[in-house]
This record gives sequence, C-alpha cells and structure tokens, in this order.
Amino acid sequence: MAALVVAEHDNAALKPATLNAVAAAKEIAGEDVDILVAGKDCGAVAETAAAVAGVRKVLLADDGAYDHGLAENVAPLLVRLAEGYSHLLAPATTSGKNLMPRVAALLDVMQISDISAVVSPDTFVRPIYAGNALQTVQSKDPIKVITVRGTAFPPGEATGGSAAIEAIAPTGSVGLSEFVRAELSKSERPELTSARIIISGGRGMQSGDNFHLLEKVADRLGAAVGASRAAVDAGFVPNDYQVGQTGKIVAPELYIAVGISGAIQHLAGMKDSKVIVAINKDEEAPIFQIADYGLVGDLFRILPELEAELERRQ
Amino acid sequence: MKALVAVKRVIDYNVKIRVKADKTGVETANVKMSMNPFDEIAVEEALRLREAGIIEEVIAVSLGVAQCQETIRTALAMGADRGVLVETNAELQPLAVAKLLKAVILQENPEIVIIGKQAIDDDCNQTGQMLSALLGWPQATFASKLKISDGHAEVTREVDGGLETVAIGLPAVITTDLRLNEPRYASLPNIMRAKKKPIVTTTPEALGIDITPRLVVLKVEEPPKRQGGRKVGSVAELVDKLKTEARVI
Repeated sequence: MAALVVAEHDNAALKPATLNAVAAAKEIAGEDVDILVAGKDCGAVAETAAAVAGVRKVLLADDGAYDHGLAENVAPLLVRLAEGYSHLLAPATTSGKNLMPRVAALLDVMQISDISAVVSPDTFVRPIYAGNALQTVQSKDPIKVITVRGTAFPPGEATGGSAAIEAIAPTGSVGLSEFVRAELSKSERPELTSARIIISGGRGMQSGDNFHLLEKVADRLGAAVGASRAAVDAGFVPNDYQVGQTGKIVAPELYIAVGISGAIQHLAGMKDSKVIVAINKDEEAPIFQIADYGLVGDLFRILPELEAELERRQ
Repeated sequence: MKALVAVKRVIDYNVKIRVKADKTGVETANVKMSMNPFDEIAVEEALRLREAGIIEEVIAVSLGVAQCQETIRTALAMGADRGVLVETNAELQPLAVAKLLKAVILQENPEIVIIGKQAIDDDCNQTGQMLSALLGWPQATFASKLKISDGHAEVTREVDGGLETVAIGLPAVITTDLRLNEPRYASLPNIMRAKKKPIVTTTPEALGIDITPRLVVLKVEEPPKRQGGRKVGSVAELVDKLKTEARVI
C-alpha cells in the first residue's frame, strides 16, 4: 500500500492544504506517502515538499503543460503514476475538486469526495447534505481516488523530513484547454482556510462598504475576513470570501459571525470551528443555537465597540 | 448547436433532513423534492444561449426513479425543448451517472453540456469532470461567466483565490457555480405548455451501461451536536470570555 498526494501550489509556494492531505494519507498508508509536484519552474515547491515530515519521496513533473494546473493535462500524468499506488489524494480545494474526478473516471473508479475521517484503508467518513449527515462508505475499487477535507485532519509537520526529489517525465499537453488569465484577490490578511481566527459578515452588513468595520476588528485579531452566501449574492464581497456548503469549509480556533442568521448552508462551512461567536440583532436567529457566545445587538454599534475594547486590552 | 443539461431530483434545499433511525440513509418519504439548485442555473444558462441565438435546442436529461419526470417537467416549464429520462430504481453514483450521460450524449450529439457543479444531497462534485474525462472533452468547472463564439468558449471559473479564465474548444462540459446567473421562474402558461413537450424514456440496460455502485454505504449518521446558545451581555464581557475562558485571543 502506498499513497500519492497531489501538492497544492502556485509554482512558488506549497499551499498549507497539502499538509492536511498528507496527514490523511499517513493514516492510510503509514510511511509510504509520496507527494507529486506538477507545475512549471516549481523546483522550490518540490524542495518545500521534500521537507514535510514523514514523506518518502517527492515526484517533480516540471513542464509548461502543468503551469496552471489544467485538469485536462494533469489527469493523464496521475493516471500514468497510478500503477504504483493504492491511493491518490488531493486537498478538497477548487483545484483538487477540479482534477481528481477526471482522474477517477479515466481509471474507471468512483472518487471518494471530501473525506473527514479514515476508518480503514478502504473505508472513509464523508459529510453529505451540507454536513447534516455523515456517510461511512467502503470503496470496492482497486485504486482509491480521494479528496480530503482539510479541516478534518490536523496538518502534518512542514519540516523535519528529507525526502528525495525525483524528476519524472511529463505527459505533455493534450491541447483541450488553455489558461487565459487569473484575477486573484489580494489581501494582507491570512487565507480563510488556514486562518486561526475568522470574522465573517452576512446580509446584516447591509453593504460592501460596511465590511471595513469587520476589517478593522480583523486587523486587531490577525483574522481573515469571510462572508455568508447571502452577502456574496447581494454583491457586498467577492465569492472567494464565501464560507459554506458551496464555498469554503473552515474550522478556525475562533469564528465570529456578524449579521449572519445561520442558514444551514452557512453552518455547513463553519460549525466545526472550536469557538463560535455570534453577533446579531435578532435574538431568534438560528446562529445563536450553535454559538458558544452570543451577543444580541446592533452590529453597527457593537463592531466599533469591539475594536476599541480589543485595542484597550491589547 | 444543441445544449444538453442534466437535472437531478434532490430533497428541496429548504427541507431540514432527518437521518433514518436504522442508519441506512436519510428520510425521503413525504419529503418535498426539487431540482438541484445548481442544475437550475445550468438550465437557465442553456436557455440564455438559445435566446442569444447561439444554440437552437435545449435537451434536459434526468436519471433515476420515474418521478424524475417531474424534474424534467420543471426544466421544460423553464423553457427547455424536450427531455430524456434514464429510468432506474437502482442507486446511481456519479461514475455511473457520467457513463449514462455519455451514452445519451453519443445519441444526441450536443456541442455543449452544462450541469451543476455539485448536487446538494451527496455533495460529491464529480459528475461533470467525470463526464468530460469519459468523452475526452475539455472541462470548465465552477463557471461564473460563459462566453461562446466560433466554436470556442471562454469560461470564468470561481477558484479559491478569486477568478480564473480558461479558453476551451467545443464540444465541452461546463459546470455551474452560483453566480453564473439567476434562474427564472416558470410562468403558469409555460408550465401548461411544458406538459405537451416530449420526454423520451430509456434505461441503463437499454443504453448498455453497468451501473453497479462502487462505493458501499455502510451507515449514515447524524453529526455530533454542538452545544451552544449561551449569551453574553456586553462587548466587554465577550472579550473577557474569549480571553480568560475560551483562551482564543
């Protein structure tokens, strides 16, 4: 038994979600965990991956065809590598979700999506219905293709390992798709999926401009800023802020929900947070039922007060 | 050009689901069923392409029990031209659905296939990617903007860090994200008209596809309940609790 983890990266840096997937892979395959770095001019990523504790080997496929991680080009590479592995894993990020089902279909196996626990090498737990039920499934396929819910597996150590890096031959471009451009959100704040503290706003924020009230508190706490689907749908903030069933799944130490009523689909993305705070003027809002600390009141009064209080006690 | 959309019958998104006491699944008896919301967006996008004169026909396909007819009728009432039902009472997993859709697509020859990025019941997020792999077509997943010209599509995708735009040739599979469009409501006259639109029924056997599940569901359980509900009286008390009790700031 051996597992191959597809590294999440931008050709310059290894993304933390990879470490969660490595942790899941270790539960399955013990010491026989390799990492695949497929990209262009991504040697630095391979070196970071080689330092991850407990990794056996890093496979480096450096080729223009893999520059932007197009699933059409990367999938054939994984299919070729699959022979040497019992498990292929990737983080359940947008890139992992885009790539792995294509790999699974080419291998004629069912993917096991978004696993939240490993029961045995062929049996896994995964959330369904926006996390309102947990399904335990056993795979009958010879190769298990898996995406990993990062919040369910504490990340492995990023350093301490010294795996060998093995350059492998690329499979080239299949010529089906082309990258045109990326418009990535720039932020000085931590990324949502790896932040220790998150403060999110909902429809109650009333406008995108009002999010600066959240940002001020976020900067006091070193927190990331998120949003509910309602706030995204209303056009207050871009979709990459979205926390929920159809957005990002997060589980920080502290999640502060502001002006968020607590729709099922939002709870699905954050209810595994360690501590939840809810601030809402409607004391009947469902978010209070799952909040460790609820504060009923007007967020436009509370947020500046919270910022001042944090400043005072810093 | 033709567009094919796949529409899944799922428990309505407003229903609070209940796990069955015997842990075999989720209660579906006497529960309101609807079209998967992401598939509504797929239908809407196909209709807009037809209204823009880019395609001539929209075919709605559903797979599963006989009642999936109702889901197809909803698509027809929105404006789709005709339906195909692949009828079976057996459990269908995404790989099997992708194989069945491929078989239908090889008969219908659409240039563009649009489906929801995920179904809100199993939350798998697989079928579109699997389908394009089986067809050897390009895929543009999580689409928030679609532009078609001269047999090509430029698709803007929702990715973790923001937006990404890819160019693909047609035929292709596109999966929808939330912001692609806002689906229309079916008007009463269109609901009446939809009753006369044709739906062809076929089966996995007739299509020659093995749909044996590859994943065996051992059990379905409720997630652990969260203990919440405690209120604090002021901002000062909140900060105090977070510092001294929860120790998270």
